[in-house]
Amino acid sequence: MERKLALVALFAALVAALGLLPKLTIAGGVPITAQSLGIMLCGTVLGARWGGLAALLFVGLVALGLPILAGGRGGIGLFLSPSAGFLAGFPVAAFSAGLVVESWRSPRMFIVATTASVAGGIVVLYAFGIPGMALALDLTIAEAAPLALPFLPGDAIKAVVCGLVTHGIWRARPEAILARSQR
Amino acid sequence: MLTLTLPERTWAHAIPVGPKLLILVASTAALYPVESPIALAGCFAAAVLACVSLGRAAMRQGFRMLVPISLFAALAFAYHAAIRQPEAGAAVALKLLTLVGLANLVTMTSRLDDLVALVTDLTKPLRRIGLNPAAVALAFALVLRFMPVLARKGRDMGDAWKCRSTRRVSWAILIPLCLAALDDAESVADALRARGGVGQRRV
Repeated sequence: MERKLALVALFAALVAALGLLPKLTIAGGVPITAQSLGIMLCGTVLGARWGGLAALLFVGLVALGLPILAGGRGGIGLFLSPSAGFLAGFPVAAFSAGLVVESWRSPRMFIVATTASVAGGIVVLYAFGIPGMALALDLTIAEAAPLALPFLPGDAIKAVVCGLVTHGIWRARPEAILARSQR
Repeated sequence: MLTLTLPERTWAHAIPVGPKLLILVASTAALYPVESPIALAGCFAAAVLACVSLGRAAMRQGFRMLVPISLFAALAFAYHAAIRQPEAGAAVALKLLTLVGLANLVTMTSRLDDLVALVTDLTKPLRRIGLNPAAVALAFALVLRFMPVLARKGRDMGDAWKCRSTRRVSWAILIPLCLAALDDAESVADALRARGGVGQRRV
């Protein structure tokens, strides 16, 4: 139990730390914030249950007022803002990404983890985020959906990067991908 | 500064966290059905007055925390004004600013220790389904401790990259950073076990 607790806490800390780091640059020179990438990594590395808990712990700390969301934001106010849906969706997104890696046991980790990140970090996350924006801004779902469009290219890139990183960890140390190991 | 809590004590710090959050929930529920822009403008003015009464530092930070949300509010106002009526747009924008502003006041005047204690209290009933409240509090503390450690490691890895390469830091440093987090977790787990563990119940 100490091991799981430490893993959940350290990955929540990793997600927070990624928000503090300067933006990374990917091929082509597009800068991305690594934070939502961290949420995807929680799922693909730790698996559904523990990755979801790590994301939940991160969201809990944001709610308690730590300025750890990218841009130095934090506090309960965010849960009444248009970002609320995305925050609430973080744990479910990590859980879903983990579920994909756990159940699709192909050795081609890059493809599995990228698919998992698209499913969790885009499909599931937007399914929470868009209704959240609709509620806070008093719009219909159809009116709110285009507001998420500007994030789509960045999130697609992050899903691929998450696939690459998960693949890299898998190659260096297969047993580190807890989503796949039995322990 | 690692929290958004104001460093100096104000009258609002004296109100316990639980009641403060209940007031926030009640005012959110009360404001939600209000449609009149004039009434909402009054509520917003009241929230601003409450912030002003907390002093200069509160005003500065309250303003800073409202900046990102005011972009959304402006967007909502512009959209509603264009599609429907300006009154509806003003109502949505004012409601958003008032509710988020009030919640920010709670964040600014509540100490992190008190909030973590509240979370521990609230998770006590979950003991029945096997969740250990002590583990929850410990998890919060571990994140606080290791956030700067991992940020530091990430920065060091970025610096090392810059020493070796003329190209900009790539995503690839996330691989050793994740492995570092996994390794740190193992040693933290060993240290926790060596100190007697977190209790018998499973998380």
